[in-house]
Amino acid sequence: MSETTENPIREAIADAINDHEVILFMKGTPEAPRCGFSARTVQVLEALGTPFAAVDILPDPRIRQELSALSQWPTIPQLFVRGELVGGCDIITEMYESGELAQTLGVEQPADEAPGDDAAPLTIENRLN
Amino acid sequence: MFVPSTEELKLRIESAIPGARAEVTDLTGGGDHFRASVLAPEFAGMSRIEQHRRVYAVFGPDIGGPIHALSLETRAE
Repeated sequence: MSETTENPIREAIADAINDHEVILFMKGTPEAPRCGFSARTVQVLEALGTPFAAVDILPDPRIRQELSALSQWPTIPQLFVRGELVGGCDIITEMYESGELAQTLGVEQPADEAPGDDAAPLTIENRLN
Repeated sequence: MFVPSTEELKLRIESAIPGARAEVTDLTGGGDHFRASVLAPEFAGMSRIEQHRRVYAVFGPDIGGPIHALSLETRAE
Protein backbone atom coordinates (compact mmCIF):
# COMPACT_ATOMS: atom_id res chain seq x y z
CA MET A 1 0.00 0.00 0.00
CA SER A 2 2.51 2.67 -0.98
CA GLU A 3 1.03 6.08 -1.47
CA THR A 4 3.08 8.32 -3.65
CA THR A 5 0.28 10.57 -4.82
CA GLU A 6 -0.55 13.73 -2.97
CA ASN A 7 -3.64 12.62 -1.20
CA PRO A 8 -3.62 13.91 2.36
CA ILE A 9 -6.95 12.35 3.33
CA ARG A 10 -5.97 8.91 2.16
CA GLU A 11 -2.59 9.25 3.85
CA ALA A 12 -4.22 10.34 7.12
CA ILE A 13 -6.51 7.30 6.96
CA ALA A 14 -3.62 4.95 6.23
CA ASP A 15 -1.66 6.45 9.14
CA ALA A 16 -4.63 6.09 11.49
CA ILE A 17 -4.99 2.42 10.48
CA ASN A 18 -1.31 1.79 11.09
CA ASP A 19 -1.16 3.72 14.35
CA HIS A 20 -4.03 1.97 16.11
CA GLU A 21 -4.18 -1.71 16.86
CA VAL A 22 -7.98 -1.68 16.70
CA ILE A 23 -9.73 1.06 14.76
CA LEU A 24 -13.33 1.37 13.67
CA PHE A 25 -14.51 3.65 10.86
CA MET A 26 -18.17 4.31 11.51
CA LYS A 27 -21.13 6.62 11.02
CA GLY A 28 -21.31 8.78 14.13
CA THR A 29 -19.39 8.14 17.32
CA PRO A 30 -19.39 5.17 19.74
CA GLU A 31 -21.46 7.31 22.13
CA ALA A 32 -23.86 8.43 19.41
CA PRO A 33 -23.81 6.08 16.42
CA ARG A 34 -25.75 7.37 13.41
CA CYS A 35 -26.48 4.02 11.78
CA GLY A 36 -27.70 0.67 13.11
CA PHE A 37 -24.81 -1.24 11.53
CA SER A 38 -22.25 1.01 13.20
CA ALA A 39 -24.14 0.80 16.50
CA ARG A 40 -24.15 -2.99 16.33
CA THR A 41 -20.41 -3.14 15.70
CA VAL A 42 -19.67 -0.79 18.62
CA GLN A 43 -21.88 -2.98 20.85
CA VAL A 44 -19.86 -6.04 19.92
CA LEU A 45 -16.52 -4.34 20.63
CA GLU A 46 -17.82 -3.05 23.94
CA ALA A 47 -19.12 -6.50 24.87
CA LEU A 48 -15.60 -7.82 24.36
CA GLY A 49 -14.12 -4.96 26.38
CA THR A 50 -11.62 -4.11 23.67
CA PRO A 51 -10.26 -0.58 23.62
CA PHE A 52 -10.62 0.81 20.11
CA ALA A 53 -10.10 4.01 18.20
CA ALA A 54 -13.09 5.30 16.25
CA VAL A 55 -13.35 7.62 13.27
CA ASP A 56 -16.62 9.23 12.26
CA ILE A 57 -16.75 9.24 8.46
CA LEU A 58 -19.79 11.50 8.19
CA PRO A 59 -18.26 14.98 8.54
CA ASP A 60 -16.62 14.82 5.09
CA PRO A 61 -17.75 12.53 2.23
CA ARG A 62 -14.14 12.29 1.06
CA ILE A 63 -13.27 10.23 4.16
CA ARG A 64 -15.58 7.46 3.06
CA GLN A 65 -14.45 7.71 -0.56
CA GLU A 66 -10.80 7.43 0.30
CA LEU A 67 -11.35 4.76 2.95
CA SER A 68 -13.27 2.56 0.51
CA ALA A 69 -10.67 3.11 -2.20
CA LEU A 70 -7.96 2.06 0.24
CA SER A 71 -9.76 -0.94 1.74
CA GLN A 72 -11.60 -2.08 -1.40
CA TRP A 73 -14.68 -2.33 0.79
CA PRO A 74 -17.80 -0.33 -0.13
CA THR A 75 -19.75 -0.15 3.12
CA ILE A 76 -19.45 1.35 6.61
CA PRO A 77 -18.57 0.34 9.32
CA GLN A 78 -15.10 -1.09 8.73
CA LEU A 79 -13.02 -2.61 11.50
CA PHE A 80 -9.25 -2.87 11.18
CA VAL A 81 -7.08 -4.89 13.52
CA ARG A 82 -3.30 -4.54 13.29
CA GLY A 83 -3.58 -2.84 9.93
CA GLU A 84 -5.86 -5.44 8.33
CA LEU A 85 -9.53 -5.05 7.40
CA VAL A 86 -11.41 -7.63 9.47
CA GLY A 87 -14.85 -6.79 8.16
CA GLY A 88 -18.04 -4.83 8.40
CA CYS A 89 -21.04 -5.39 10.62
CA ASP A 90 -22.02 -8.82 9.22
CA ILE A 91 -18.57 -10.38 9.48
CA ILE A 92 -17.89 -8.83 12.89
CA THR A 93 -21.21 -10.13 14.24
CA GLU A 94 -20.61 -13.61 12.81
CA MET A 95 -17.07 -13.67 14.19
CA TYR A 96 -18.28 -12.49 17.58
CA GLU A 97 -20.87 -15.23 17.78
CA SER A 98 -18.37 -17.90 16.82
CA GLY A 99 -15.75 -16.66 19.27
CA GLU A 100 -13.34 -15.88 16.41
CA LEU A 101 -13.39 -12.15 17.04
CA ALA A 102 -12.27 -12.57 20.66
CA GLN A 103 -9.42 -14.69 19.32
CA THR A 104 -8.45 -12.12 16.68
CA LEU A 105 -8.46 -9.39 19.31
CA GLY A 106 -6.70 -11.53 21.89
CA VAL A 107 -9.42 -11.13 24.51
CA GLU A 108 -11.68 -13.53 26.42
CA GLN A 109 -15.13 -14.28 25.04
CA PRO A 110 -17.53 -13.02 27.76
CA ALA A 111 -18.84 -16.02 29.70
CA ASP A 112 -22.44 -14.85 29.64
CA GLU A 113 -22.32 -14.44 25.89
CA ALA A 114 -21.51 -17.96 24.88
CA PRO A 115 -21.28 -18.48 21.12
CA GLY A 116 -24.71 -18.96 19.64
CA ASP A 117 -26.32 -17.51 22.76
CA ASP A 118 -26.27 -13.96 21.56
CA ALA A 119 -28.31 -11.01 22.76
CA ALA A 120 -31.57 -10.15 21.06
CA PRO A 121 -31.20 -9.98 17.29
CA LEU A 122 -30.98 -6.60 15.70
CA THR A 123 -34.43 -5.38 14.81
CA ILE A 124 -35.33 -3.83 11.50
CA GLU A 125 -35.73 -0.40 13.09
CA ASN A 126 -32.27 -0.12 14.54
CA ARG A 127 -30.64 -1.27 11.32
CA LEU A 128 -31.83 1.87 9.60
CA ASN A 129 -30.48 5.37 8.92
CA MET B 1 -32.15 5.01 -12.81
CA PHE B 2 -31.68 1.51 -11.40
CA VAL B 3 -34.37 0.79 -8.84
CA PRO B 4 -33.36 -2.32 -6.96
CA SER B 5 -35.72 -5.20 -6.25
CA THR B 6 -34.99 -8.49 -4.51
CA GLU B 7 -35.49 -10.34 -7.81
CA GLU B 8 -33.13 -7.98 -9.64
CA LEU B 9 -30.43 -8.37 -6.99
CA LYS B 10 -30.79 -12.15 -7.03
CA LEU B 11 -30.48 -12.24 -10.82
CA ARG B 12 -27.45 -9.98 -10.84
CA ILE B 13 -25.63 -12.08 -8.26
CA GLU B 14 -26.54 -15.38 -9.92
CA SER B 15 -25.57 -14.23 -13.40
CA ALA B 16 -22.27 -12.65 -12.30
CA ILE B 17 -21.01 -15.48 -10.09
CA PRO B 18 -20.96 -18.87 -11.81
CA GLY B 19 -23.12 -21.49 -10.09
CA ALA B 20 -24.19 -19.06 -7.37
CA ARG B 21 -27.51 -19.35 -5.61
CA ALA B 22 -28.78 -16.28 -3.85
CA GLU B 23 -31.68 -15.49 -1.58
CA VAL B 24 -32.41 -11.82 -1.23
CA THR B 25 -34.76 -10.15 1.20
CA ASP B 26 -35.78 -6.54 1.44
CA LEU B 27 -35.20 -5.68 5.10
CA THR B 28 -37.54 -2.75 5.24
CA GLY B 29 -39.80 -3.00 2.22
CA GLY B 30 -38.32 0.30 1.11
CA GLY B 31 -36.27 -1.12 -1.77
CA ASP B 32 -32.91 0.07 -0.47
CA HIS B 33 -31.87 -2.06 2.52
CA PHE B 34 -31.29 -5.66 1.52
CA ARG B 35 -29.94 -8.85 2.92
CA ALA B 36 -28.48 -11.52 0.64
CA SER B 37 -27.50 -15.03 1.46
CA VAL B 38 -25.19 -16.37 -1.26
CA LEU B 39 -23.87 -19.87 -1.90
CA ALA B 40 -21.21 -20.27 -4.57
CA PRO B 41 -18.65 -22.92 -5.49
CA GLU B 42 -15.93 -20.32 -6.07
CA PHE B 43 -16.11 -19.18 -2.44
CA ALA B 44 -14.24 -22.33 -1.43
CA GLY B 45 -10.79 -21.28 -0.28
CA MET B 46 -11.71 -17.59 -0.13
CA SER B 47 -11.74 -15.67 3.15
CA ARG B 48 -15.01 -14.15 4.27
CA ILE B 49 -13.68 -10.71 3.34
CA GLU B 50 -12.92 -11.93 -0.19
CA GLN B 51 -16.32 -13.61 -0.49
CA HIS B 52 -18.12 -10.43 0.51
CA ARG B 53 -15.92 -8.29 -1.76
CA ARG B 54 -16.84 -10.59 -4.65
CA VAL B 55 -20.55 -10.02 -4.05
CA TYR B 56 -20.16 -6.27 -3.49
CA ALA B 57 -18.19 -6.09 -6.75
CA VAL B 58 -21.25 -7.34 -8.63
CA PHE B 59 -23.00 -4.08 -7.74
CA GLY B 60 -20.11 -1.63 -7.97
CA PRO B 61 -21.19 1.95 -7.30
CA ASP B 62 -24.83 0.90 -6.79
CA ILE B 63 -23.76 0.04 -3.23
CA GLY B 64 -24.03 3.29 -1.37
CA GLY B 65 -26.09 4.59 -4.29
CA PRO B 66 -29.55 3.10 -4.90
CA ILE B 67 -28.65 0.17 -2.63
CA HIS B 68 -28.09 1.86 0.74
CA ALA B 69 -27.24 -1.33 2.55
CA LEU B 70 -26.57 -4.90 1.55
CA SER B 71 -26.08 -7.22 4.45
CA LEU B 72 -24.35 -10.44 3.41
CA GLU B 73 -24.05 -14.02 4.45
CA THR B 74 -21.83 -16.06 2.14
CA ARG B 75 -20.92 -19.74 2.06
CA ALA B 76 -19.00 -22.01 -0.25
CA GLU B 77 -21.03 -24.84 -1.77
